[in-house]
Amino acid sequence: MHLVRDPLPGPPGGAPLRVVCIGNRWRGDDAAGLEVAGLLRETLPAKVQVLEREGEPTALMSAWDGAEAVWLVDAVSSGAEAGAVHRLDVSEEPLPAGLFRASTHHFGLADAIELARALGRLPEHTIVYGIEGARFTAGGELTPEVAAAVPGVAASIRRELGECTSRR
Amino acid sequence: MPERRTKTIRTDYLARVEGEGAMQVTIDGGEVSDVKLKIYEPPRFFEAFLRGRAFTEAPDITARICGICPVAYQMSAVRAMEQICGVEVDGQLRALRRLLYCGEWIESHALHVFMLHLPDFLGFESAIEVAREQPELVSRALELKKTGNDLMTVVGGREVHPINVRVGGWYRAPRKRELAPLREKLERAREIALEAVRVTAGLDFPDYEQDYELVALSQPGQYPIDRGRIVSNRGLDIAVSEYDEHFVEEHVEWSNALHSSLRERGSYLCGPLARFALGYDELSPLAREAAGEAGVGPDERNPFRSIVVRSVELVYAADEALRLIAEYEEPDAPAVELEPRAGVGFGCTEAPRGILYHRYRIDDEGTILDAKIVPPTSQNQRTIEEDLRGVVERSLDIPDQELTLLCEQTIRNYDPCISCATHFLDLQVERR
Repeated sequence: MHLVRDPLPGPPGGAPLRVVCIGNRWRGDDAAGLEVAGLLRETLPAKVQVLEREGEPTALMSAWDGAEAVWLVDAVSSGAEAGAVHRLDVSEEPLPAGLFRASTHHFGLADAIELARALGRLPEHTIVYGIEGARFTAGGELTPEVAAAVPGVAASIRRELGECTSRR
Repeated sequence: MPERRTKTIRTDYLARVEGEGAMQVTIDGGEVSDVKLKIYEPPRFFEAFLRGRAFTEAPDITARICGICPVAYQMSAVRAMEQICGVEVDGQLRALRRLLYCGEWIESHALHVFMLHLPDFLGFESAIEVAREQPELVSRALELKKTGNDLMTVVGGREVHPINVRVGGWYRAPRKRELAPLREKLERAREIALEAVRVTAGLDFPDYEQDYELVALSQPGQYPIDRGRIVSNRGLDIAVSEYDEHFVEEHVEWSNALHSSLRERGSYLCGPLARFALGYDELSPLAREAAGEAGVGPDERNPFRSIVVRSVELVYAADEALRLIAEYEEPDAPAVELEPRAGVGFGCTEAPRGILYHRYRIDDEGTILDAKIVPPTSQNQRTIEEDLRGVVERSLDIPDQELTLLCEQTIRNYDPCISCATHFLDLQVERR
């Protein structure tokens, strides 16, 4: 039973630093990004916004619109071992082709990033964390290797956010 | 004897879809000898998944079939279950459903028109190139789509896979003051949609028409969205409960997706072109006027012009959403009380890409015993193949690369659920 009393956070305000975690809880390892969000939300200062999205491109673009720096976390399928973590700085360069191939997003993260870049709406500092998934089947749980990688990604982002905040 | 020349236009793998799809056109000695559209669709899996679940779970489970048209799945499911329970959800509860559906149409059509289909007509590989050339147009397209998202968020509780829909109505009805801020956005969306009609009407269209049997829902006084009888331009006029008597699904060896056809009549077309032709008189005056200026009318049979018709439907969806919000009164209760009883129920609503049929059988406890779901892409499959054949037959002399792109464009006319991936088609042309 859903409790639908104001179930959504309001539209993203003006937080300059944001973490956007992408995934689908119903599709096995695709939920990896959302698990990272769960760990981060409890431990970050309120001025850093942690958002969860399903990967719909316009929603992604609005999620980072106006931010100075954004960290994007998503499950990927590039053929590497399950649980492998990719960190890519896409502030200047596009995501390498093929990394997000197994995504179920109809017009995915890589497209949203490039569309935002073409429109001048990509934050100056944009980092993508990809967690290599193994199973994206409907209804499945995280594979142990992927679950094990989640705390490390959360810690890395927390550290980067700390460095970013201390420079400001 | 002249040398026979065979060439095959083929796509082997469609990325970024749940399941796999492929396409193959074989040209043999100057004639199209074979056309195969192969779709491996997930709904079959869901039908088995539904058995044994509670009747109240059907809208949320089936919404997961598609990230682009979850509302369509929810709406067809609730209609079927409510029919079994002997309940008709009307008044403002129904109006809210139509409003949510307008949000989905706006989201889905804006994505398809601007991001997936328009690049074909402009000779670009993707919407990203369009964005580099025409950033203002693409920004407005994104704004339009975002208004669809906002509408879904306010009414459905989330911009994708709404969580507020239930059998009998809603978990929570929005307050008037929550809907009010949408008005300004929808007015702006309507302006952008009118621009979309003008922009798409000015594109170059391949010269191609088919004498389709067009199938859509119909209810007097309302453009087809959330209910109605199933009608066609060739005299079909049936209740949704008669669907299985008139439509058949059959397995073809090259596809996991069942092919739908009308019994003893063959292929048919559902989706915007069909709705527009059959429901033209029910469009809002503004949408009809925009269509008239764009040069499309109820006799439109060029599938490439579906991009204009989709844009007209964008105008309508914004217009209709504004009307529904203006007339909205908060209901006394967010849902109608209902009890399950053993029976069979039928639901059919207009997904952005055509009619979506659900049939469920439940027991006295409300447990689902079996389910049948026929998505619009499955229904249009055969017509897409016929279009591919017709388009290729008229274009045998053009270079392979152009022909390949034309085939992709032809598939995208239907905004199939595999359209998610059709911009990543790995097409191959083979000559022997």
